[in-house]
Amino acid sequence: MTHSFLQFDGIEKSFFGVSVLRGISFTVERGQVLGLVGENGAGKSTLMNILGGVLRAEAGTMRLNGNVFKPKNPADAMRHGIAFIHQELNLFANLSVAENLFINDFPQRRWAGFSVIDRRTMRKKASALLATLELDFSPDTIVENLAPGERQMIEIAKALSAAAQIIIFDEPTTSLTARETAKLFALIERLRTAGIAMIYISHALSEVMQLCDRVVVLRDGVVVGTGAKTDFTIDQMITLMVGRKLNQLFPVRTAQPSAEIALAVRDLSQPGIVKDISFTLHKGEVLGVSGLMGSGRTELGRILFGLDPFSQGEIVIHGEKLSAASARQNIQQRINHGLAFLTEDRRTEGLMMEASIADNIALAALPSFLSTGTMIDRTRLQTALTNIAETVQLRSANMQQQRVKQLSGGNQQKAVLAKWLLTAPQIFILDEPTRGIDVGAKYEIYRLINELAERGASVLLISSEIEELIGMCDRLLVMRQGEITDCIGREDFAQERILRGALQTSVPQR
Amino acid sequence: MNHNNKFLTFVLQQASLLLFVGVFLVFGWLSPKFLTTNNLVNILIQSSSIAIVAIGMTFVLLTAGIDLSVGSIMFVAAASAGKMVLRGMSLWLAVIVVIFIGLLCGALNALFITRLKILPFIVTLATLYVGRGFGLWLTETRAMNLPENILQIGTARIFGIPAPVLIFGLMLALGHLILTHTPMGRQIYAIGADREAAQKAGINVIRILKFVYLVSGLCAAIGGLVSIAQLGAVSPTFGNQKEFAAIAAAVLGGTSLFGGRGQVFPGTVLGAILIQTIENGLVIINADPYLYPLVMSGIIFLAVFTDSLRHGILSRARRRWIRTEALDSLG
Repeated sequence: MTHSFLQFDGIEKSFFGVSVLRGISFTVERGQVLGLVGENGAGKSTLMNILGGVLRAEAGTMRLNGNVFKPKNPADAMRHGIAFIHQELNLFANLSVAENLFINDFPQRRWAGFSVIDRRTMRKKASALLATLELDFSPDTIVENLAPGERQMIEIAKALSAAAQIIIFDEPTTSLTARETAKLFALIERLRTAGIAMIYISHALSEVMQLCDRVVVLRDGVVVGTGAKTDFTIDQMITLMVGRKLNQLFPVRTAQPSAEIALAVRDLSQPGIVKDISFTLHKGEVLGVSGLMGSGRTELGRILFGLDPFSQGEIVIHGEKLSAASARQNIQQRINHGLAFLTEDRRTEGLMMEASIADNIALAALPSFLSTGTMIDRTRLQTALTNIAETVQLRSANMQQQRVKQLSGGNQQKAVLAKWLLTAPQIFILDEPTRGIDVGAKYEIYRLINELAERGASVLLISSEIEELIGMCDRLLVMRQGEITDCIGREDFAQERILRGALQTSVPQR
Repeated sequence: MNHNNKFLTFVLQQASLLLFVGVFLVFGWLSPKFLTTNNLVNILIQSSSIAIVAIGMTFVLLTAGIDLSVGSIMFVAAASAGKMVLRGMSLWLAVIVVIFIGLLCGALNALFITRLKILPFIVTLATLYVGRGFGLWLTETRAMNLPENILQIGTARIFGIPAPVLIFGLMLALGHLILTHTPMGRQIYAIGADREAAQKAGINVIRILKFVYLVSGLCAAIGGLVSIAQLGAVSPTFGNQKEFAAIAAAVLGGTSLFGGRGQVFPGTVLGAILIQTIENGLVIINADPYLYPLVMSGIIFLAVFTDSLRHGILSRARRRWIRTEALDSLG
């Protein structure tokens, strides 16, 4: 009897009595790309952590080449040819590319009785690896000087250097530019031909359709669909993932933006970052900002919120011009003016992962919950927290005890939103509010955005998903190289036009 | 503006070197006795002890840990060495036992930190007091005058090089070799940058943490020996607060308290010599002895302040550029 290359058989796992995986069974073959999809919290990461040796299954067996496979730790899994490319990269920013590649397996030579690193061999091996991936930087480059996409490629190079037989990709494209994504896909093709098995986890279902041979859909720790790619359409996958049919991906907003201007930006410039940015944001409006990664959309948000300085131009909030001194970098003043900013990286910039949900939500609004002017009024705060959690539909058994780290991506984003809602802002700058969160939670975030706009708040929605912008915005700014190249009204929305504005002359290759 | 920034980055990166040169110029200007060969060799000899301790400290700081117990380990090492030699044990046997004691102290720290998972700060704060107490018990809180043969090590010259400097050079070479040229050394940097990632990369984090505290204990013991070889006596305050001098030396030399950044050569060594130079200079210009702690605290503050400034400036300088015009103008 022939056996599968990798076989999951009845894998079970629970955390604190809550079962997360319930009898997962499927197989992966050599030279195959398996798409693993499911909402956040469906159990994808848990399952892959079991395969990668980070967690241990409570029941069921994994078989590798027909042999029972029970990795004791990540190193053990690695020795068996399993490479896990995590969503958050595991690189050492202070070390060189070559050192990162061989951190646990340095080429060595003897020198005066010592076993020392053979730098020449290491550099040669690293160069060869980088060449196979068509990367054109030196192995001596310190990793912190590389772009996010380049760093991801280093992780893949690491997997290849360890002679990985199974590579797990967890949301590999979220921080890549279009060109880098194309490069990654070409590489996956080559790995497939080389007979390497790959498991590809992604919320970008179109990528899954493009890349994968087979698809496994998880929902609440159970395999709800499995089969060849051709057996599925994206709609079917979504239906399976959420267990109900999503009639529309985007909720309808009835209210129209008012003529009143909430935020006006005139000729905003900062050398090397943005140039001559001018636009107005009205009350009750959702204004989209589109552009490729590195187009300056995030930087614009940061400047508006006072995280970064600007050298020229002016920002007018509710008719009040920010004075030259405060226009530099003053976040507290922006908050007092009713601005709120959701960063694109909620894990490191938006949340205190180790702190409780309650502490996170209360953070920005604490000054308004003082009783005698110095002490926090706990009862008033508690009521407000409960209300706000209900508004954003953040579900948690115990907001005081549960740490934000334990929440799913969607619920984490709701916690960030709740934090800002508590400061009762009038202008929201949302940078990639739905990145890395599942379809169901996305819909709830969209619903919240609409609610905000209907209540008269203004939203600047920065996003890399064109469908999201088309579905949500009243107007759309397109950015390229730190400049606004197009401003499109809702009636003229078209993917082609947006892309044209974002690319213009610099068309990415492939 | 860019030029200003470049200049500032340069100044901060070379802070210890610039400070070094500045201090020499100032003292040289204030006293003609300062810039004599004799005095400079003296400074080198006097700084050997703290430099050796600081080398060990650098290993620990690189993993984003801290070892507050080194001053006490110096004391225990010196006290037991003195005790053994005074009772007639051969000097070399005593040295070997003391090295073993240093390793033992380091192992104790390592055990609590890695097995019981207590924060390094707390563990080594506790062993600081345990060590001090143990040493005071050993010496019965009395100063101990040591026999001539110990002092002879301090004044001996091998190939014309003073023995303390030779030991210091040896420890430095070894430390530098380990940190820059061995897998273990590079993995120390990796752990300091991101401990969780290091674990996931399959690095044996526990083993390396044990190693750095062993190194720190060993260096402290050797530093203690080198120091008594020069002083010829062990007072009850021997090694007191040397942990701060060691940390200041490392940080002055560019080692980050945040972990993952720094090197023993030239960094820590420069830092250690700098501190000794300032002390020496204060003596030569006849400064009020009550000023010494103030100057010392000023140095520590300066070290930590430049560390955080450097941190901020470097991360700002490394921010990505979007518009190519800026890159063009940068050249």
